[in-house]
Amino acid sequence: MQKKNIIAVNHSVILAQGEGDFAMHDMVHIGKFKLLGEVIKIEKDVATIQVYENTTGLQIGEDVIGEEAPLSLVLGPGIIGNIFDGIERPLQYLKEVSGDFIERGIDRVGVDVQKVWHFVPTVKVGDKVSMNTIIGEVKETELITNKIMCSFDIDAEIIEIQPEGDYTAEEMMAKAKDINGEIFEITMLQKWPVRKGRPYRERLVAKELLLTGQRVVDTFFPIAKGGTAMLPGGFGTGKTMLQHQLAKWSDSDIIVYIGCGERGNEITEVLEDFPKMIDPRTKKSLMERTVLIANTSNMPVAAREASIYTGLTIAEYYRDMGYDVAIMADSTSRWAEALREISGRLEEMPAEEGFPSYLPSRLSEFYGRAGSVKSFNGEIGSVSIIGAVSPQGSDFSEPVTQNTKRFVHTFWALSRSLAYSRHYPAVDWNISYSEYIAELQNWYEENVDIEFLDVRQKMLKILEEENDLLEIARVIGQDVLSDSKKLVLQISKAFRVGFLQQSAMHEIDTFVPMKKQYEMLQTIFLIYERALKLIEKGIPISEILKTGILAEYEQLKFQIENDQLQKFENYNISVKNRLKKLEESYQQHI
Amino acid sequence: MPSIGPLVYIKTPPDVSFEEQVILVLKNGEKRIGNVIYLSEDITTIQVYEGTNGISMQETKTEFRGKPLMLKLAPTMLGRVFNGVGQAIDGLEEIEYKEERDINSKPMNPVSRKYPRNYIETGISTIDGLLTLIRGQKLPIFSGSGINHNELTERIIRQANIQDDEDFAIVFGLMGAEYETAQFFRKNFEENNVLSKVVMFQNLSNDSSIERLLTPKIALTCAEYLAFDLGMQVLVILTDMTSYAESLREIATLKEEVPSRKGYPGYLYSDLASIYERAGMIAGRKGSITQIPILTMPNDDIAHPIPDTTGYITEGQIVLSRELYQKGITPPINILDSLSRLMKDGIGKGYTRENHVKIADEIFAAYSKVQEARALAKVLGEADLTSEDKKYLEFGTQFEEQFIHQAPNDRRTMDQTLDLAEKLLKNLLRGL
Repeated sequence: MQKKNIIAVNHSVILAQGEGDFAMHDMVHIGKFKLLGEVIKIEKDVATIQVYENTTGLQIGEDVIGEEAPLSLVLGPGIIGNIFDGIERPLQYLKEVSGDFIERGIDRVGVDVQKVWHFVPTVKVGDKVSMNTIIGEVKETELITNKIMCSFDIDAEIIEIQPEGDYTAEEMMAKAKDINGEIFEITMLQKWPVRKGRPYRERLVAKELLLTGQRVVDTFFPIAKGGTAMLPGGFGTGKTMLQHQLAKWSDSDIIVYIGCGERGNEITEVLEDFPKMIDPRTKKSLMERTVLIANTSNMPVAAREASIYTGLTIAEYYRDMGYDVAIMADSTSRWAEALREISGRLEEMPAEEGFPSYLPSRLSEFYGRAGSVKSFNGEIGSVSIIGAVSPQGSDFSEPVTQNTKRFVHTFWALSRSLAYSRHYPAVDWNISYSEYIAELQNWYEENVDIEFLDVRQKMLKILEEENDLLEIARVIGQDVLSDSKKLVLQISKAFRVGFLQQSAMHEIDTFVPMKKQYEMLQTIFLIYERALKLIEKGIPISEILKTGILAEYEQLKFQIENDQLQKFENYNISVKNRLKKLEESYQQHI
Repeated sequence: MPSIGPLVYIKTPPDVSFEEQVILVLKNGEKRIGNVIYLSEDITTIQVYEGTNGISMQETKTEFRGKPLMLKLAPTMLGRVFNGVGQAIDGLEEIEYKEERDINSKPMNPVSRKYPRNYIETGISTIDGLLTLIRGQKLPIFSGSGINHNELTERIIRQANIQDDEDFAIVFGLMGAEYETAQFFRKNFEENNVLSKVVMFQNLSNDSSIERLLTPKIALTCAEYLAFDLGMQVLVILTDMTSYAESLREIATLKEEVPSRKGYPGYLYSDLASIYERAGMIAGRKGSITQIPILTMPNDDIAHPIPDTTGYITEGQIVLSRELYQKGITPPINILDSLSRLMKDGIGKGYTRENHVKIADEIFAAYSKVQEARALAKVLGEADLTSEDKKYLEFGTQFEEQFIHQAPNDRRTMDQTLDLAEKLLKNLLRGL
């Protein structure tokens, strides 16, 4: 047993000295309360330990016992649909042992190892296995089949495999022998240290859209499966609301939702909402594909720091089975603040705004674990990361926003002025961007339309022109603008309300398939082109507005159901006819 | 015994534990409360809540109590006034305490929480109608210096009530208040006979600033007892959180901690969260804790670290406007900057009125048009506005004078508030 003794206590950081041999990142149990902690610095025989629980009541001289292993997760069936704290303790279990308020010193248990699963083998005696080879399957939830993988990195041969049947997670499912005759037992469970990325055979280029059903995201600022995105916004800009929408509607196989230092009531809302929500593709409850990691803002700060890695490791585990996994981290700023707090207690030299100088490298490591990969077992899976950022004072120049920007490829900036004018989602199209357009070009062409990107680009241009015109109009007034400029303003306004705004509460509007997004995009563009022609022929814009077409466009999103897209064709014809009529009547007039 | 400000450093005695409660006994027998905030083999740092004035280096004795700071509790605390460290100061009979609790409560397990769904009626139209306060919510008031938010606070305490027959109580924590302010509250509570439903904890501006760090925790420990042990619906009002945050900065600086924004410690967020997150409801228990923390925005700046971190933790905010205040509109609530995040789930059918959401949405939309029309009027002059814009201007004035403005004794029920809103909207529509 490796042991040291406490020599100093400073909130979540303690020092321990003694003979015991501790390695960096080893887990330790501290004092009479058996608090969980992690070694974060070693100097001679003194170890600095960050404690995952409240340190009240610790005394000088108490024992610190090393676990001789880093913080690791128990990975196996039973993760999906569960809700864990930052170090993989199921919250339901914590409630059973400690009641409504979380007590200290409860050891990690991970998934329920006693639970019985129905195992179906997929290998036979004599088959060759190695890292991550799938030896069998269990149905984990209605939606997810857990593939039981070898967790050792050695070439071996199956010498025994259990027949199909019901087994607990910790039972031996297979035995394998390597070239030296050493025998490995395989169970449904494996352990993996959270701070180490799971290896894979090959990193692939992300080229498939992560469909979210949110128009401003899918059409203008998309994220690819295996991509990274950030979502900065001040309080009240609807960050969490958008994260919830993405978690609900993304066409990812699995969602890992990390509530990192956020509100307790929000987690409760997710827990009440998600089981009731039905996934539009599979018609099953969303909890059947969701894992929640909840470390609310009043839970200990060191466990908040770990929660991000816990979520990542779970995501990588399912990625290796060939699933597309999306991580929603709300909010990475709270994680960065946890780093800052611990760094401060270590009396490290601060860099910007008190954040430690290694903040950028930690962020880079985190987002670097996203990607589309080919696993050692040949399956192709991906981990996408969508990180919410809560900028201090809504100022995007603060260190977390700026540094995150360097490592992600999609940037959805939430704007307070849009949110105050009740424009949701408040994604500011003037400063948001996506670097995945080139990679996704083929996807859009094959799955939506060959001209999709072209129309998208033209619409972006109109929005940009609106931005410039509004600047001018602010100074000299709208009246002096020419009719064709005024048309740009009117079209943009209708487009903002009718397309960019999307109601999370509305049954039809909450999720919109890509085809409908494209129809809506084409219709506004059709209106623009036809109206522009009339204006060029001298018909005043007021006449065009009188047709009420633009006002209709604003309501179209609610009126055309997601599976009734032929109605767009009818509508487009009616637009053409009415504008044509206007043109004719006007010409007669002259 | 060397000391710097409220910190005392002593040679570590045997068996002392982290955050343990310490009683310092002065030469003249006076006792002061402190606790251990740093512990090493040689030196123990003690934070003394009532200040170190008059503590002599040699002749002070320390008594370690073997447990963290605790608050004694009893149902008879209702109607009483305490100081910032939880001692009764109203000169009434001794309280027979039943329990003792650690003032730093453990985090509530998110799976034990119940999502808040019912409301508290404050009798103030802007809050009830447009920024409904939900039981279990934390909804701060952001004020500015000179805007009389104490009047609003007193009103909320006097008027707040619930519509079902659950027991209702208010826990009121005053931090860094002037003597006059504290007197203002006590006098009004007595005159209006509301003290019986209030537990008041007061830390005055001439009390030790470090004591302020205890007051909200003590108030919330009392609230948790009333709510989760005695099953009451408890509204906790904490004012002024800016004083609290300043004390936090003061002590952090003395401890030579690395500062982050504007000198506040990097853990300002976690620390405030440990207070605000103590609001909520627990599944299977009757009571609830609703919080209204009140804070003064330094220089009216909503991006200042105190309102900023608060806004990230709380479920919305009520922002007071200097402009309305100067127009004589009270309570001067700027509804457009304000938001109640949990409102949508606690109003409407089964709670208030079926069309409550619709009414609120229409008021928000109309009032934001009022702002546009006013901006336009500034540039063009009122005479050149379209008739529609003129209508909105008229609505704006009516809305501010009749709906937002409420005389001090004008308590409106939820029905009266919604009727008034509907009437104003109808007037507007008729004109358009």
